[in-house]
Amino acid sequence: MSELWRPAAEWELQTMVSKLAREKRGIEIVGHGALRNTGRVAKSDVVLTTAGLKGVTLYEPTELVMSARAGTPLYEIEAVLAARGQMLAFEPVDLGPATGAPGGALSIGGVFATNFSGSRRILAGSARDNLLGVRAVNGRGELFKSGGRVMKNVTGIDLARGLTGSWGTLAIMTEVTFKVAPLPQTMQTLAFAGLPDDLAIEAMNVAMATPLEISGAVHLPRNCAARMRTPKIKGLDKSLTLLRLETFAAAIDERREKLKAALKVYGAPIELDSEETFSLWSEFRALSVMPFSAETSLWRISSLPTKAAEIVFAIQKFMDAVAFYDWAGGLIWLEVPAAADAGAADVRRAVAVRGGHATLIRAEPQVRSSVDVFEPLKPEIERLTRGIKSAFDPNGLLNRGRMYANF
Amino acid sequence: MPHIELPEPDAGVIRRLPILIEGLKSRVGHNLMILDEDGRRAYETDAFTAYRRIPMLVVLPRTTEEVSKILKYAHENDIKVVPRGAGTSLCGGSLPTEDAIVLCLSKMNRVIEVDYTNRIARVEAGITNLQITAEVAKNGFFYAPDPSSQLACSLGGNIAMNSGGAHCLKYGVTTHNVLGVKMVLIDGTIVEIGGPTLERNGYDLLSLVIGSEGQLGVVTEATVKLVPSPEGARPMMIGFRSPEAAGSCVAAIIAAGIIPVAIEYMDHAAIEVCEAFAGAGYPLDVEALLIVEVEGSEGEIGILLGRIAEIAARFDPKTVKISSDPNQSARIWAGRKAAFGAIGRISDYLCMDGTIPLAQLPHALTRISQICAEHDLKVANIFHAGDGNLHPLVLYDANSPGEADRAEAAGEAILRLCVELGGCLTGEHGVGIEKRELMTTQFSPTDLMVQMRVKTVFDPTWRLNPAKVFPLEATGVMRAGNAASTSEAA
Repeated sequence: MSELWRPAAEWELQTMVSKLAREKRGIEIVGHGALRNTGRVAKSDVVLTTAGLKGVTLYEPTELVMSARAGTPLYEIEAVLAARGQMLAFEPVDLGPATGAPGGALSIGGVFATNFSGSRRILAGSARDNLLGVRAVNGRGELFKSGGRVMKNVTGIDLARGLTGSWGTLAIMTEVTFKVAPLPQTMQTLAFAGLPDDLAIEAMNVAMATPLEISGAVHLPRNCAARMRTPKIKGLDKSLTLLRLETFAAAIDERREKLKAALKVYGAPIELDSEETFSLWSEFRALSVMPFSAETSLWRISSLPTKAAEIVFAIQKFMDAVAFYDWAGGLIWLEVPAAADAGAADVRRAVAVRGGHATLIRAEPQVRSSVDVFEPLKPEIERLTRGIKSAFDPNGLLNRGRMYANF
Repeated sequence: MPHIELPEPDAGVIRRLPILIEGLKSRVGHNLMILDEDGRRAYETDAFTAYRRIPMLVVLPRTTEEVSKILKYAHENDIKVVPRGAGTSLCGGSLPTEDAIVLCLSKMNRVIEVDYTNRIARVEAGITNLQITAEVAKNGFFYAPDPSSQLACSLGGNIAMNSGGAHCLKYGVTTHNVLGVKMVLIDGTIVEIGGPTLERNGYDLLSLVIGSEGQLGVVTEATVKLVPSPEGARPMMIGFRSPEAAGSCVAAIIAAGIIPVAIEYMDHAAIEVCEAFAGAGYPLDVEALLIVEVEGSEGEIGILLGRIAEIAARFDPKTVKISSDPNQSARIWAGRKAAFGAIGRISDYLCMDGTIPLAQLPHALTRISQICAEHDLKVANIFHAGDGNLHPLVLYDANSPGEADRAEAAGEAILRLCVELGGCLTGEHGVGIEKRELMTTQFSPTDLMVQMRVKTVFDPTWRLNPAKVFPLEATGVMRAGNAASTSEAA
């Protein structure tokens, strides 16, 4: 067990990192531990937690902006927002439960460091899209800021968004500023039962091409649909294609009828009201259809909607995989039987020829250490990636090996 | 005389020009090159016209491979390169230097592929912003960012500046609407950054590229998101007796959970000029005018505009006028979008582009009036109220000695004010040469050093779009070709 360092303030974190940088000691960065079972295992001498950096530091509901220290738990932020009828529009996913880590432990820093966005991303953009500014400490122990608290800001190179998805390998975010959005006044879901994957993806993309502002488009093949718990749609023993609408109350019925008309050829959908819709989509926020199990590994695949079903079928030729599609087919969650390489060779081959990339989310630590967790980079991109890593963290101290084996 | 310093051209490079031209001809052919002075003069400035420098050579490549050959040649011969699209930058982002090659992408303006099912288009970077929408509108889609110069400005320029527009409150700016780029690095290497999928692999290099003002590479192609066109859209105009009332009304609309697609603010001076120019039907007896636009079906638009009118009523408006038909809507927007041109007809002006937190609007406007009065100048204010992006137009007479200097000084004071109020120097126009020296008001030396190191990763010898974005003094060593100073400095 490495030593645990727990700064209580930004200046203290910077002091600690400066000291560790001078001593060239490797640092693993954690929040409250929600992501410890995800990604590669960092090589480090000390563990530094941002858990002590807590609290909302700015909230202007009428300007749709909030700032919070990086270690603030996501649920605290969402509670503060909900009290004013607002939310994080990108519906962040808490991977904790699906990876055997504690649920509700995800920090706001972790949300932006991983950039894992939920179903509403197709309407509201990703975590990265909603980020406005950061304060962070790099591997040299330098405190820097980028972006700010205003929506439009093109002053200088956009390091704030550049840090998203870097898993703490470039800098430790100490404070983040992000866009918030009003909670939808009302929501409804249309659930089409029994569509095969390719037809379901076609239907979802027909819906996405309408101006009806679809805020969720998920398809669950039959075996995965069987894991849903929302009463009206559970136990149907059929695939489920779910489309969420949200707007103000006086407009939603009109939109629902228009959507039904646009999708008439795909059958008559089951209709879920606002409350049912809320409970249904919260299943995806906790990824409860891909529950933790030592028997299986979990992949997250970014694809073109038109290629998604093909990718899943291609993988299923080689293994017993259970998948579901989010973002109208732009994202695949795929569960495969546990294996020495978590099926990496077959998964990556299936993805490579069809475009996209795959990230191994859940597997035994030794598997995550031996196979590429993130899609391997093309040589010229790897050169830039290493350059960026070395610009921020020349001695390779921050989360070393967390994303890629060699840096 | 304008006072922004431009580095002395490298006489050695200019002396070598005949040899360089021969070398480049053998690689890309002479028909892509503009050599004569009159031809080159067309590239001496952009929309920041106070500064002009005739480049020693202009090249108009037609393909990514040609861009690669040109950059590789320039790199091997240690020549500076200034990338250029349509030359509409308001901050000198594509201002050449006399010892640089201008690499103009205007011939690369094709739509390569439109994929309606996945709602993406792949286009060349020289295409104009509006041309993308023109291509896909027939199928019910559009490309969302809509800078006022969208008829002329190129997508490559939009990517360089991370351009916004009036409708970004709902649809975001360029960085939210571009999924991937093909880019050529200074050494000629062609890289694909991002891709057609929503999510990117590895570090988000695309975020670093978008808004980097041509500092990292030359973007030659991009994959952009296509957005379904709304069923309809309609603006309304609300005129107020004070900026405070207008600002409070914007806050109340958002607090009510309504996110209009655009909220534009004009002050009295701007209203008068735009109305005289466009005949948009703007009320002339108000101190502040909001143009609020909502989208949706006819029924939805009616309900939303009704609710906004109810909210506005709490702030004692002088005028509330909902557009009655598409012609009127078009006129309302034509007036707003023509604002810069309209003001340009009556006066020279400097267009500032700071962003402020909305709550600071009344205070900011009072201070801006004071600042301009102190410099004996007039000002008209246009404001993207939904996102805090403020465009004070500082009016001056270029023929009157000293006025241009006073205008620059007033502009600088306004931008300092924006930063002081919690905002930033530029919301959508970019830093260029114009705001380069002000970067230190918003950023610490460390903040800037961290950004400059990113530049060094992509362009180790600092030959791309030189002497822009970062304060001149801070970049002297790197521009002299000693990039080690960014990687070592702590």
